[in-house]
Amino acid sequence: MTTAEITKKDTFLAALSSLQFNEDSYFEGLRNNAQNELNELDFPTSKTEYWKYTRVGKIVNNTYTLGQPEKIDVSNFLIPNLDAQVLVIVNGHVVADLSDFTSVDGVTLTSLSHAKKQNFEGLKKHFNQFTQDKKEIFLALNNAFHTDGIYLEVAKNKIIEKPLHIINITTGNNTISLSRNLFVANVGSQVKIIESFINVNGEKNFNNHVSELVIAENAFMEYNKIQDKKETNFSVATEQVYQEANSNFTINTATFNGALVRNNLNIEVDASNCETNLNGLYLGKNKDHIDNHTVVDHKKPHCNSNEVYKGILDDESTGVFNGKVFVRQDAQITNAFQQNNNILLTDNATVNSKPELEIYADDVKCSHGSTTGQIDEEAIFYLQSRGISKKGALKLMINAFAKDALERISIEALQAYIDNKVEEELE
Amino acid sequence: MIKINNLHASIDGKEILKGINLEVKAGEVHAIMGPNGSGKSTLSSVLAGREEFEVTEGSVEFDGKDLLDLAPEDRAREGLFLAFQYPVEIPGVSNINFLKTAINEKRAYLNQEPVSAKEFLGMVKERSALVELDTKLANRSVNEGFSGGEKKRNEIFQMAMLTPKLAILDETDSGLDIDALRIVANGVNKLKSPNNATIVITHYQRLLDYIIPDFVHVLYDGKIVKSGSKDLALELEEKGYDWIKDELKV
Repeated sequence: MTTAEITKKDTFLAALSSLQFNEDSYFEGLRNNAQNELNELDFPTSKTEYWKYTRVGKIVNNTYTLGQPEKIDVSNFLIPNLDAQVLVIVNGHVVADLSDFTSVDGVTLTSLSHAKKQNFEGLKKHFNQFTQDKKEIFLALNNAFHTDGIYLEVAKNKIIEKPLHIINITTGNNTISLSRNLFVANVGSQVKIIESFINVNGEKNFNNHVSELVIAENAFMEYNKIQDKKETNFSVATEQVYQEANSNFTINTATFNGALVRNNLNIEVDASNCETNLNGLYLGKNKDHIDNHTVVDHKKPHCNSNEVYKGILDDESTGVFNGKVFVRQDAQITNAFQQNNNILLTDNATVNSKPELEIYADDVKCSHGSTTGQIDEEAIFYLQSRGISKKGALKLMINAFAKDALERISIEALQAYIDNKVEEELE
Repeated sequence: MIKINNLHASIDGKEILKGINLEVKAGEVHAIMGPNGSGKSTLSSVLAGREEFEVTEGSVEFDGKDLLDLAPEDRAREGLFLAFQYPVEIPGVSNINFLKTAINEKRAYLNQEPVSAKEFLGMVKERSALVELDTKLANRSVNEGFSGGEKKRNEIFQMAMLTPKLAILDETDSGLDIDALRIVANGVNKLKSPNNATIVITHYQRLLDYIIPDFVHVLYDGKIVKSGSKDLALELEEKGYDWIKDELKV
């Protein structure tokens, strides 16, 4: 008789074994499929190309306990001067008492678990559609074990004036949280979302997050993702985005610190005349590791995508950027631009930048570029010689560098909030 | 205003300044001339506080303070200004914003109120006109995409905005056509007052037709070897620097 070796994965999954979902057979079936997928998958190693520059050992070697929906004072996480609908997720559970929103005609806004019970049409049509069978372990993990998150569906031609602000909190030591969102903007609708990912009172906790975003014909969605991690916490997040004809999607990702942050952004542009903007700013300190993997898949003609990611890396921090743009054979007259720029503030900071273009159409305009450099000492001296302190000069230079990374944020209060945070980080 | 006493400075162990003595009083214009490699730009760099240079001996007193003891930004706040020989391009940093920051940091240092938006805009308008600098340029990123002449005019514009006690113009004339030279010189002359002073560092006498110096010094091999009136510049122009070299050998 042989004893099967207990793998890291088994130990890791054991922490999740107590989860009970009590869902109808359709959703149960999806979870079972994902569990089967999980059986076939293993955690990536340095040999896995997709994870070449990011070792997940720190995440998977830790032992976790499931986080509970605690009550936390969220007043510190609100964005000043922002009039928004506020929803709060704590450790993967939606906490209604902490949320502050009013129902609006034409907008379905509720917890995912509630939406599953109600069996909303939009939910069944889209949920899990873009995340299954991707052969990606963290995605399969979330498919199988996600607890809760936000379900948003905006009805046809509905324009939502107030932005939606989701505060997604992980708290406690060695906590694992598996949150999950689905946002659907139906034909001709418009919505702006902010999601803040925050860690409170805890070390070595792990947030495995997935959002599915569907932008139907002629719809507009702006998703702003603020990752305000403490330097001892881990996060793997995946956004699966699906764009229909004439739609417009913008994602802005601002990452402030994190022991290990990995963002997988996958955008499928499956119809013509779409516009896609994906921008990011990441600031690393100490031994932070911040990794952005993006994919834009242009499948149909006459689409534009613009991508700008900028990194500022201090101390011994590491930044990873891998941006892939596919232009399929049918996707003629595609304009796809991609840019990644990094500043290393010390000799011990590192960046691995890999922009990639795969073009199968012949009438397209595409470009990509990557730069990594240091602050120009001559420029610093020049500014000093005019009476600006060295620190002030550094700030001016960094702000100038970072400026165009997040200029697509259309919510003024958020822009100010982020500018402020960047300033704080540079102190 | 400034008293330089037996100033020695070296870079990477190589001595460039070998005992400079110079005193400049308020209201005066001094020209420092000299052949390439004589130490002209080193002198301006040391005074502005560039870290690569090590002062090995001597002292510099600026308005009663030990200049060498101050950080570069504090030297500027005390009223020292260097117009760079090669002004740096700083993409993304707006000329106007950085000047506003500079003025307010200086004001804070001197315990003064920050400049109001209205007052500042008035200053920009008036002082960019002084050097015929298009206000569009004033609003662009610092020196980015500027022509050589525009960069030098921008230096004088910055000088006009910061109203220094002592301005050091490091080869501000080199590479300028005669029109640009006239504009730059005109700007400097208009800023002249009995309370401030100027040190003009140049290789050529030409600039001194427009900015008339009270004293001319010749810098050679890290020392001031000859001083005189503005006629010395004309003599140099006529006889060349070899004349000085020959005279020294005797």
